[in-house]
Amino acid sequence: MRRATCAKWGASAVAVALVTAGCGGGSGASRSGVVSASWGDPQNPLEPANTNEVQGGKVLEMLFRGLKRYNPKTGAAEDVIADRIATADSQNFTVTLKDGWTFSNGEKVTAKSFVDAWNYGALLTNKQKNASFFQYIDGFAQVHPDRGSPRAKTLSGLVVKDEKTFTVRLNQKFSSWPDTLGYSAFMPLPQSFFRDHDAWIAKPVGNGPYTVDSYEKGSVLRMRKWGNYPGDDPARNGGIDLRVYTDSNTAYTDLQAGNLDLVDDVPAAQLKNVKADLGGRYINQPAGIIQTLAFPMYDKRWGRPGAEKVRRGLSMAIDRDQITREIFQRTRTPATDWTSPVLGADGGYKAGLCGAACEFNPAKAKQLIKEGGGLPGGRITLAYNADTGSHKDWIDAICNSINKSLGEDQACVGDPIGTFADFRNKITARRMSGPFRAGWQMDYPLIQNFLQPLYYTNASSNDGKFSNASFDKLVNEANAETDAAKAVSTFQDAEKVLAAQMPAIPLWYQNGSGGYSDRISNVALNPFSVPVYNEIKVN
Amino acid sequence: MGRYVIRRLLQMIPVFIGSTFLIFFMVYALGDPVAAMFGDRAPDPATAARIRRDLYLDEPLWKQYLHYMGQIFQGNFGTAFNGQSVTELMASAFPVTLRLTLVAIAIEMVVGIVLGVLSGLRRGRDIDTTVLVLTLVVVSIPTFVSGYLLQLVFGVQWAWAAPSVAPEAPLNELLLPGLVLALVSLAYVTRLTRTSIAENARADYVRTALAKGLPRHRVITRHLLRNSLIPVVTFIGTDIGALMGGAIVTERIFNIHGVGYQLYQGILRQNSPTVVGFVTILVLVFLLANLLVDLLYAVLDPRIRYA
Repeated sequence: MRRATCAKWGASAVAVALVTAGCGGGSGASRSGVVSASWGDPQNPLEPANTNEVQGGKVLEMLFRGLKRYNPKTGAAEDVIADRIATADSQNFTVTLKDGWTFSNGEKVTAKSFVDAWNYGALLTNKQKNASFFQYIDGFAQVHPDRGSPRAKTLSGLVVKDEKTFTVRLNQKFSSWPDTLGYSAFMPLPQSFFRDHDAWIAKPVGNGPYTVDSYEKGSVLRMRKWGNYPGDDPARNGGIDLRVYTDSNTAYTDLQAGNLDLVDDVPAAQLKNVKADLGGRYINQPAGIIQTLAFPMYDKRWGRPGAEKVRRGLSMAIDRDQITREIFQRTRTPATDWTSPVLGADGGYKAGLCGAACEFNPAKAKQLIKEGGGLPGGRITLAYNADTGSHKDWIDAICNSINKSLGEDQACVGDPIGTFADFRNKITARRMSGPFRAGWQMDYPLIQNFLQPLYYTNASSNDGKFSNASFDKLVNEANAETDAAKAVSTFQDAEKVLAAQMPAIPLWYQNGSGGYSDRISNVALNPFSVPVYNEIKVN
Repeated sequence: MGRYVIRRLLQMIPVFIGSTFLIFFMVYALGDPVAAMFGDRAPDPATAARIRRDLYLDEPLWKQYLHYMGQIFQGNFGTAFNGQSVTELMASAFPVTLRLTLVAIAIEMVVGIVLGVLSGLRRGRDIDTTVLVLTLVVVSIPTFVSGYLLQLVFGVQWAWAAPSVAPEAPLNELLLPGLVLALVSLAYVTRLTRTSIAENARADYVRTALAKGLPRHRVITRHLLRNSLIPVVTFIGTDIGALMGGAIVTERIFNIHGVGYQLYQGILRQNSPTVVGFVTILVLVFLLANLLVDLLYAVLDPRIRYA
């Protein structure tokens, strides 16, 4: 009797194991002509106005085309759906659309597709994280008040004239505003988005070169070429499979094993071997990202007059060249201004604008800090978040460099903060007591985007709460300037205020780095360090 | 037996409540998750306030907890920040991790017990010494070292196995990660079995069975092994829970989208519904596995009864 029971137990345990084990399986879609690429799980649902990070952004770039698009090589804003964006006064714009554009479900792209999408993005109750991108449009304060409920459902500055035309009234002069329209928050949306939001989120429908084939959240997003795509930049491959990796090391291993075609984030630990592993299939090129150390200007010790000498001195105490070489294996370039080389000279990048303050000079550094009253309390801490991005290495290197320059062992120490959320909380609550890690990835390739959101009084990403009347005045003048070259040089004048005041120390420009298999070719990164997926060819 | 089971099941209620509260409290202590949702940009206060209200983050902690528990009893584990319901995440993650765990347990049981019996019966000989040294080596290597090493050797250099697991997590791709996950426990199972077998091999009932003229394999499997398995079963039972929760490292190395992955993402993004929900289920798995172990004792040794 008992023996029989025992056997039954054993047998059923094995059966359970087999059934559970066997219920997986099932092969993926066919791989011919399809590129598989590494991906990170996007933080938010894939809505244009709700996507504010790179991983979701790269999908939107494949699924959508807007009024403008940033040229993947030069970064220049070029008309796509916009036929003309006309203005007489840099404040009132008339947008005319091209014919022949449809969404992949057959619906026409009209002026209403844009106006409805922008109204949706701006309305407070929709809780879109990019709502602030619509702040320059008239009526934003009504649909998105700082407190309380919205007093209007739609932006008063947006008016649909006919199927192909709409007008935009801004609440201030902003001559380069049309150039911001390539950002994903400004993409058009089909009516199906508003009719059945949940279904749309599960399987987004756009008007770009790809359509969504299937989306298993958290693991894989399969996109296929849209055959009827009306634009002149159709997909040159059969599709893209974006596979979520939690660890960039595993993605790199998969690339080596021939399991994956493209990684757009080579792990720091592999940078030493990547050239030997991949040869010419390794990409390392400038991206619109700058890393800085920001000072808490709200802290009396850093905001007082005279402290700018200490800040400039600290900047001079950092050996950028050595750190970018030793720690980053030249995937960063020492910064000499507050923008990025991807802007180009015409776009506002000016090498050396920071001047002597960004050159390594230990003797001068020591002298300046002394003149400025010395380090507050005799020492500084550099705050960073310790959970992602291996920031510890370079923070320690900077401290090391500062300590050596000043000839004091304990002048600078790193201050790790457990999580990114906590780090951000401390910054927004103005609880930083010393310089902290800051970085900026551009939203659009304009010099304005590197200066105004970061250093204008009370701007959205002005983490150090820097406030300077002449900087603000120059930025306002530059925005109102209709001549592009004049606007850029005025922005550079504003940048010179930063060089004198040093509210944030420019450290280095970050490069995009990627690697690919010999199965694919024609791989390049755009100025946002995102691969230009639709141009990739499968050999 | 029935009353014993009911009593054990009732004991789970306070454990369940206590553990969820502790986890809830700890995730909450990590701070406000809303600021991080906006990346390097300062959150726009109006939108952030709306999101906080939606997620009940603007209420005091005890109210949040009561609201959360109330929802759990309606089968609603809340929503992750990317808009997916946590139950949906669980439905995709738990089967994958369960499969991985079962592969690991199977490897651990078969290999561990066989090695343990072999070395236990030949105590002090070469095979015993070899097994002891090998298990010592295995125990002392951390999982992430053995994981990356085996992945590189088998996955890249010899190309015997895929270095990462496809989203569907088919069984054949889970063998390598299953082995990595099982390694440390495997060593413990081997050593436990060895000691237990070596002890019981000199017991009177074994001598009696042999004297009766029973075949040696029958004495070993029916008499010796059955009595020696009690400590091993205890270990494997508690190990099920530990493996499921501890798969974080292995799942990360082999890119398996299971419980470990979801927990890791949840902690990184301070997504309390995800973390609390998953850990709650893990606590239940642990409790049930322990109950199963206790019931198995009676099967293995009839002298143990639960009246």
